Amino acid sequence: MSSSVFSVLSKFVAEYRRSTPAKLKVVDAYLLYILLTGALQFFYCVLVGTFPFNSFLSGFISCVGAFVLGVCLRIQINPQNKSEFLSLSPERAFADFLFAHAILHLVVVNFIG
Amino acid sequence: MDGLTDSGHGHFNTKHKWRTEFSGCNYVVKNDTVANHMRVVSLSSFLLRFNYRSTHHLTSNGFYEFLNWFDERAWYPLGRIVGGTVYPGLMVTAGLIHYVLNLLHMTVHIRDVCVFLAPIFSGLTAISTFLLTRELWNQGAGLLAACFIAIVPGYISRSVAGSFDNEGIAIFALQFTYYLWVKSVKTGSVFWTIGCCLSYFYMVSAWGGYVFIINLIPLHVFVLLLMQRYSRRVYIAYSTFYIVGLVLSMQIPFVGFQPIRTSEHMAAAGVFALLQAYAFLQYLKDRLTKQEFQTLFFLGVSLAAGVVFLTVIYLTYTGKFSLSLMRYLCPPPRYAKIHIPIIASVSEHQPTTWVSFFFDLHILVCTFPAGLWFCIKNINDERVFVALYAISAVYFAGVMVRLMLTLTPVVCMLSAIAFSSVFEHYLGDDQKKDSPPTEDSSDEDDKRNSGNLIVTMLMLMLLMMFAVHCTWVTSNAYSSPSVVLASYNHDGSRNILDDFREAYYWLRQNTDEHARVMSWWDYGYQIAGMANRTTLVDNNTWNNSHIALVGKAMSSNESAAYQIMQSLDVDYVLIIFGGVIGYSGDDINKFLWMVRIAEGEHPKDIRESDYFTPQGEFRVDKAGSPTLLNCLMYKMSYYRFGEMQLDFRTPPGFDRTRNAEIGNKDIKFKHLEEAFTSEHWLVRIYKVKNEGSSRTSSFLRKARS
Repeated sequence: MSSSVFSVLSKFVAEYRRSTPAKLKVVDAYLLYILLTGALQFFYCVLVGTFPFNSFLSGFISCVGAFVLGVCLRIQINPQNKSEFLSLSPERAFADFLFAHAILHLVVVNFIG
Repeated sequence: MDGLTDSGHGHFNTKHKWRTEFSGCNYVVKNDTVANHMRVVSLSSFLLRFNYRSTHHLTSNGFYEFLNWFDERAWYPLGRIVGGTVYPGLMVTAGLIHYVLNLLHMTVHIRDVCVFLAPIFSGLTAISTFLLTRELWNQGAGLLAACFIAIVPGYISRSVAGSFDNEGIAIFALQFTYYLWVKSVKTGSVFWTIGCCLSYFYMVSAWGGYVFIINLIPLHVFVLLLMQRYSRRVYIAYSTFYIVGLVLSMQIPFVGFQPIRTSEHMAAAGVFALLQAYAFLQYLKDRLTKQEFQTLFFLGVSLAAGVVFLTVIYLTYTGKFSLSLMRYLCPPPRYAKIHIPIIASVSEHQPTTWVSFFFDLHILVCTFPAGLWFCIKNINDERVFVALYAISAVYFAGVMVRLMLTLTPVVCMLSAIAFSSVFEHYLGDDQKKDSPPTEDSSDEDDKRNSGNLIVTMLMLMLLMMFAVHCTWVTSNAYSSPSVVLASYNHDGSRNILDDFREAYYWLRQNTDEHARVMSWWDYGYQIAGMANRTTLVDNNTWNNSHIALVGKAMSSNESAAYQIMQSLDVDYVLIIFGGVIGYSGDDINKFLWMVRIAEGEHPKDIRESDYFTPQGEFRVDKAGSPTLLNCLMYKMSYYRFGEMQLDFRTPPGFDRTRNAEIGNKDIKFKHLEEAFTSEHWLVRIYKVKNEGSSRTSSFLRKARS
């Protein structure tokens, strides 16, 4: 069972390396970084405690939000999904990404306290 | 600083319209064993006073002062943290409009802004309903929906000029948020989703009903998943909406950390997690073969289940997870009546009758199922949304009269869809072009034409009757001022009863500025706003024990009540008495609720059964229970009433509201004295005599002033 899982995973990683365009790999690296940051914040909170709660929440939500927006960007610029997003050019997707981040960070900064 | 002076009021009432509290749909006859004419209290019209007072505070003192406002003149001696217990959207909107207009040198008084805010926003609601229906169906249906919501009585009740209440702007925010949500699901663009989040933020600041949005949208996504209608657009729309909406909603002080703590918000979080897992699995599925996917799927599912299980155990163990009463979403009436009398006593929390449905919606309530059926027959992502909206709104409107308001927009939209489909079918003449012109078919053509014509005429007649009904309802039920009562004489002329304002003005002019007035909580905001005196309890009803204490004072005999009043530093007591003019919303009719609420906190001292006769009747005449005939409320209502003969046909002391001659005519007070009774005996104010022992309280009062 574990060997088959391992073989599946290695096959998946090899195929991913081969078939994903460079642009998407950059986005994926960014997503991985955000994920690690979020996990780090969460473990810090578990270790040290939740005071002040609003600061922890704003930091954690900022990570989750950035992750989600990154995933949305990746979906929208993926050439395989072009049929679903006919009216959305990659430039428009990136502009939306920037706009969403501006709003998200404004609120996060207000909430950090 | 200009308060609400009497001259201002005259100006107010001649030009502007207020909502009435006497329309049939605001009162509910309770079928108790008690009495068939028992009435309960209407909540909303008193809230306007508080909203205006807060907005005035905002414009005079600035935004941060408003957010940090601690009101010492309410809920004496506790005070009230207004900034943290109010939805600021309404006040901030009015304040902002006032600020912008004054910046442009159009000097508008804040009172005028407050009065006209609701009609402006109802216009914006009509526009957003048009946009939403156009997304759902087509432009024709959109126009019809906008016209319907512009005149429908269910919404008019909250949007007449002078109705300065949260719902006026909240329904606009609701419709606009839903429009932006439908748009973001259709396009899958993050821009529309962020717009939806900002509109949701406005809704959270405006009304507690935002919980409806944060449960309906996840429900929509969940049903789409179940219907195998998952698409990447849905993922983008919901994930972005949830996260950005979450952090935005926590910016309102009153909401605070509720979105991640209470059970009302857990559905949204659950669907978010589910969607992430589902999307990831879809991504893997696209790239792997079936067998490989199955092995990973099994591993993933068991891992996820384990994590969820451990998290739930941990949270329950540490007590962080609270299953709060979903009071406003799903109040089981029987539970509320027994355990939370305050919520059960408000007339707007009673179950809705068929009369209310028809009164507020007329023919729309009959055509709206047809529209729902059309939507379900031609299903797509956004029509699933409106179907869920309709079903949940119908359920909630059936539970509480107050929630008729959330049903009204969706009924307008679906009826518009029904009418639009019918008109399209019967007004279009494509059929004639296809069939070749022969002798027989010309007859058929004529029959078909006349058939079309008849149906169209019928539909138009229905719409005209609807318009007539709406106009009639608006002019009769929702256009009279609620503070000033009007009655009609035998010859049809109107008789104005201005007792409330007369009494509040007397309080304002003839009492000490730091005097404390005890009354039932319905009148708290009005006393604070119009008489400008400190109150003990008001319509915010946040402290049940304090209200129970006031209720106990009203239900006990005079000596016990005097002790309570001394401990609370009460100077004046204000009651409403309708026995002279037959006004049914007075304090004796509300008295049993006072007893019930007091009994909830002090079951040893107050028992509801003591106030009934041995046969179980609530009577104010000689056969009434002695506890009732000697309690403070009874004595205050009927003091000197035994000498008053209203009519030569009835004996002296005949109570017109209860239709009975009162039992205890010889009332004397030991600790109170009558201070003021208004012209038609509607409002009666008593002064609490200060005897020696209260030297400390008067000392404190001097120190405070």
